[in-house]
Amino acid sequence: MSDKTLNEQPTPRQIGVPAMSLIVLVGVSGSGKSTFARKHFHPTQVISSDFCRGLVADDENDQSATPDAFDVLHYIVGTRLRRGLLTVVDATSVQFQARQQLVELAKAHNVLVDAIVLDVPEEVAIERNSTRPDRDFGPHVITRQRKDLRRSLGKISRDGFRRVHVLRGDEIDNVTITLEPAWTDLKHLTGPFDIIGDVHGCAAELETLLTTLGYVDGRHPQGRTAVFVGDLVDRGPDTPGVLRRVMGMVEAGTALCVCGNHEQKLVRALNGRKVRVAHGLEESLTQLAEADPAFVAAAKTFMDGLISHYQLDDGKLVVAHAGLKEPFHGRASARVRAFALYGDTTGETDEYGLPVRYPWAEDYRGRAMVVYGHTPTTEPEWINNTICLDTGVVFGGRLTALRYPERELISVPAERVWYEPTRPLAPARQRDPAALDIGDVRGNRFVETRFAGTIRVREENAAAALEIMSRFAVDPRWLVYLPPTMAPPETSQLDGYLEHPAEAFAEFAAAGVTRVVCEEKHMGSRAVAVLARTPEAAEKRFGVADGSTGMVYTRTGRPFFDTLTTELVDGLRAAVAPLWAELGTDWLVLDGELLPWSAKAESLIRSQYASVGAAARTALPEVVTALEAAAGRGLDVGLTLDRARRRLDNAARFRDAYARYCWPVSGLEGVRFAPFQILAAEGRATAVRHPHDWHLDQLARIDAPLVQPTRHVYVDLGSVESRQHAVDWWEELTSAGGEGMVVKPVERPEGRVQPGVKVRGREYLRIIYGPDYTESLDVLRRRFLGRKRSLALREHALGLEALARLADGEPLWRVHEPVFAVLAMESEPVDPRL
Amino acid sequence: MLLTISTTHRPATDLGFLLHKHPDKVQEFSQSFGTAQVFYPEAGDERCTAALLLDVDPIRLVRSRGASSPDFSLGQYVNDRPYAASSLLASAMAEVFRTARAGRCAARPELPEQAIPLEISLPALPCRHGGVELAHRLFEPLGWQVEAAAVPLDEGFPEWGNSRYVRLTLRGEVRLADALNHLYVLLPVLDDAKHYWVASDEVDKLIRAGEGWLAAHPDRGLITRRYLNRRTALTRAALARLAEVGDDLEDALEPPVEEETAEATPDGEAAEGSGGEPTGESDRPTPLNVLRREAVLAALDDVGARTVIDLGCGSGQLVNALLANKTITKIAGVDVSAHALTLAARKLKLDRMSDARRARLDLFQGSLTYGDSRFAGYDAAVLMEVVEHLDPPRLPALERVVFGGAKPGHVIVTTPNAEYNVRYETLTGMRHPDHRFEWTRAEFRHWAAAVAARYGYQVDYRPVGEDDPELGPPTQMAIFTAGGGDV
Repeated sequence: MSDKTLNEQPTPRQIGVPAMSLIVLVGVSGSGKSTFARKHFHPTQVISSDFCRGLVADDENDQSATPDAFDVLHYIVGTRLRRGLLTVVDATSVQFQARQQLVELAKAHNVLVDAIVLDVPEEVAIERNSTRPDRDFGPHVITRQRKDLRRSLGKISRDGFRRVHVLRGDEIDNVTITLEPAWTDLKHLTGPFDIIGDVHGCAAELETLLTTLGYVDGRHPQGRTAVFVGDLVDRGPDTPGVLRRVMGMVEAGTALCVCGNHEQKLVRALNGRKVRVAHGLEESLTQLAEADPAFVAAAKTFMDGLISHYQLDDGKLVVAHAGLKEPFHGRASARVRAFALYGDTTGETDEYGLPVRYPWAEDYRGRAMVVYGHTPTTEPEWINNTICLDTGVVFGGRLTALRYPERELISVPAERVWYEPTRPLAPARQRDPAALDIGDVRGNRFVETRFAGTIRVREENAAAALEIMSRFAVDPRWLVYLPPTMAPPETSQLDGYLEHPAEAFAEFAAAGVTRVVCEEKHMGSRAVAVLARTPEAAEKRFGVADGSTGMVYTRTGRPFFDTLTTELVDGLRAAVAPLWAELGTDWLVLDGELLPWSAKAESLIRSQYASVGAAARTALPEVVTALEAAAGRGLDVGLTLDRARRRLDNAARFRDAYARYCWPVSGLEGVRFAPFQILAAEGRATAVRHPHDWHLDQLARIDAPLVQPTRHVYVDLGSVESRQHAVDWWEELTSAGGEGMVVKPVERPEGRVQPGVKVRGREYLRIIYGPDYTESLDVLRRRFLGRKRSLALREHALGLEALARLADGEPLWRVHEPVFAVLAMESEPVDPRL
Repeated sequence: MLLTISTTHRPATDLGFLLHKHPDKVQEFSQSFGTAQVFYPEAGDERCTAALLLDVDPIRLVRSRGASSPDFSLGQYVNDRPYAASSLLASAMAEVFRTARAGRCAARPELPEQAIPLEISLPALPCRHGGVELAHRLFEPLGWQVEAAAVPLDEGFPEWGNSRYVRLTLRGEVRLADALNHLYVLLPVLDDAKHYWVASDEVDKLIRAGEGWLAAHPDRGLITRRYLNRRTALTRAALARLAEVGDDLEDALEPPVEEETAEATPDGEAAEGSGGEPTGESDRPTPLNVLRREAVLAALDDVGARTVIDLGCGSGQLVNALLANKTITKIAGVDVSAHALTLAARKLKLDRMSDARRARLDLFQGSLTYGDSRFAGYDAAVLMEVVEHLDPPRLPALERVVFGGAKPGHVIVTTPNAEYNVRYETLTGMRHPDHRFEWTRAEFRHWAAAVAARYGYQVDYRPVGEDDPELGPPTQMAIFTAGGGDV
């Protein structure tokens, strides 16, 4: 081999490697690879074969462990590359096969791979090894490795490396390595952007669109940046005009452009390669033939330099001509480029001879918004945070732009049909909005919320929720929210009380809350009502196209009634009519209680509560009689008799407590819904945005027999009188048999403050703690609220997250994720009496 | 809870000797769940009454046992145990009257051998699944005159009907030891619940307490089964937390897994569980679930399936049959219920299965309404008695997941034929409480044809079980084949 093939440069030498890549160090044992790696990279970035040998054999020099060690090495390297981490392999890699495996690994993960060869003289390596007592192999090993290396150096550049950097002598010690960001990485650009769909030579429409967007001669006065999704050329009347405009903007820094499949093919044609002249290529070639050759040369260079996709705005936005699945974001390989330019094709063709495309967007679960073109549709449609902007202007459709981050669509109509479409322009593939994937909910999950950071869902809880969700819950399209659990306040020490408003007020005051609202706790079952004004609104917002207009479900997502749901929904839709216009929405999600409790829970009341009451009221009188007889005989049963008489009285109170929740219901006759919060409406998660007084004021507009108002009082926590007034109100409510009240900060507080606490009445608590709980208050006061309160905070944050996602128009699976998480949390073991 | 034992034996106060409790004393016995007291409301020569009063502290019960107790109600503060005569009372009685139950009396050795006139009262005896009638059925063969009155649930809500409690008085000439043993066994049997885990030594206890009477009891089968009742509590406890007010707890927690078990039980007891499918004549025809499984296996054989996924595998009966067939090289069992999978793993003896067999099998939790790549790649998918457990609005999701996503070469679906239900005389409503619908033949075919058209399948139908000329078979089956072609 000759050194001429290798570029020797004077020291100090500088080499650049891609910031996200695999770097393979090549050199004989003793060439100083580990020292070199330590000097230039973080320890965790370097994976050495010695280290892996140690992992699998407890001995870094056990050569018999080498195959296993490399299995481990490849696994670690593969995992790091999948996760997008720069990785350096420290092994001799002097043989072609060893390098080949690593190159293939990099390609499998669509990352670039560089080699850095440390070419040291044999004597130096042998000398270094002889000073290391752990390297007990003889000099012949080095000699053999050296031979392999010399043989490799001639053709290593053909191994598939992006670049091979050969370092010799002083270079090894003096080289500096710089990390070069990927070409696709424009994460530092934050926009705002105007992303423009396929132009296809429609220069006039492009000018109109740019003007509509506010551009003046290719520049936006507010500094917005245009981003073209590619396919500027072909088919249309003025490809040169479009290129001139876009090239000018890109050069001026007011636009970006990714490569479309038509640019790719046009460049090949202009380069004189043999291509089939079809799909409008002919128009471009004809138009360019008449253009200034210097411009054509510049255009060719411009198009040739277009890259596959861009990552923008901190990675939150990805623009690629035909879209890009998440594992390909920011990656570089022929596969990535093919996907970005042509999409995910199935390899089949349709009846028009055009490729059938795999609907990758339906499976897309990435965080980044992906904006693309390529497939003409009549109407741009969001699918899982992706959108196609090709509205077929050249076929007589429209030219469309998306304003980012506003998510606003702007389009201008085609001036005429410039090119007859091969297949008719169709609406976007009929997507199924109910498509959820097991991967959306299964296993240990970390749900990101805007109000409480990342919330963990444990695998076993998710498994339990999967069954409940699948077997019992309503259609997930309606299930846009589940109410959080609510904790009681600290336990009261007041004689005869387990819970009292004083602790609730003290708790909120200590958290810095100044004003709370006390809302009557209705004697019913928690219910969420999802209502659409019309079947059309239901279809548009919730994707339910069977003509139904809403759903009412329980706190675990079950329907309330089998056959009465439609009637109930219709009744509620009529009742909330004043709110449609007032809130400017044609759908609403309401949080409330459905009364009476017996409407839903009659079988439970009968099997549990009434049964206990029946047993008590049958047994206790006989106990009293028997004890009275014994006492009459002069036996000392006084204390037992007293207790039996008290228990008889408790049993009667217990019976009254549950009986208050029961009234006969026939059909919907007797059923009432008591809303206390408007969770969401078009364009806004009202639960997030508005304080509780707003909600109660809005709900007060409803005047219908089906809807029961929620009585409430506001409390100024700074005022003793105001607090006392609320305590009196609570006493009055609960002594009349009321369940109690919920105390909530009027304004949504920051930080770890409970969104509300429930203060339950003395008699009502018999239903919870048993008829005789008042006999055991001292024991019951030892209850532990921490878990419940933590759960309440997490579930509340998840609920708000679901509502915010719903209001933002995010896809079903994104809304479903936090809703499912709430259900999963509910399977955590927490004292159910709290 | 209260138990009174009276006698008119002369002198009646002999009862004190028999019970080893002095009629003029009030004695207290501490129990793990409360306090037992024995006292005598009356103690004359003509009539003497001993009372056992058990004061159960429900809060102590909950705190000491928690929600994982075998008797679900013990995890509740709102609990009938402080008032009802349950296994707690039986245990306390056994302990407090240990000597009497053993039939020993040191002071008057001849007394325990005598049958004496006894009157035993239990004001609130829970009689689950049987009520007053069951009380008669169980006590009368033992020589008792039974007076049993049902206790109404709530006088304020007469439409609610009777509670499960019975006010029971037993009268008869019986040896006291026998009487106590009758109660010891039959109280938990009537309640159909125990406050402790049933372990193997419980069999010995039953044999001992039942000596001399149980073997001859016409209902010994029922008594034994109920006495040794065993409950799987852990999954139930998790689900119970999720199960909410308003659902019939028993039904909601009963996983469809147990459907087959209910069907397989030929007579008697089956009726007391779910609405189990009746099984007809006395010559015991092959149970429907067996016929169904055989029909599915035959269909799989006909389509030449080598790899099969059983969607909704329940306790794994079909999976087990598939494992036995060596030509099936890959089998997956999927269920949405983690409890069902645990059960299946146990029944299939997964932990002891040979590596070769184990390698053919994959059991995992999955839901038919969530797309799942693990469902793909099988020759055939089986949906045996599954679709009817889904709410109709969720069926399109199942169709998309199975026919659109997993895309097996064949899909075999079985479901009840609603028309046939009139043949089940005792059946009211649907065949299982969890069924969301049951289709007629026309409805089933309408659905199947639409699915086949939508997803590019061809569909054939077969009857399962006796094909009634008017009503069709009890179970209907559809065999879908991708891309058409003949089955």
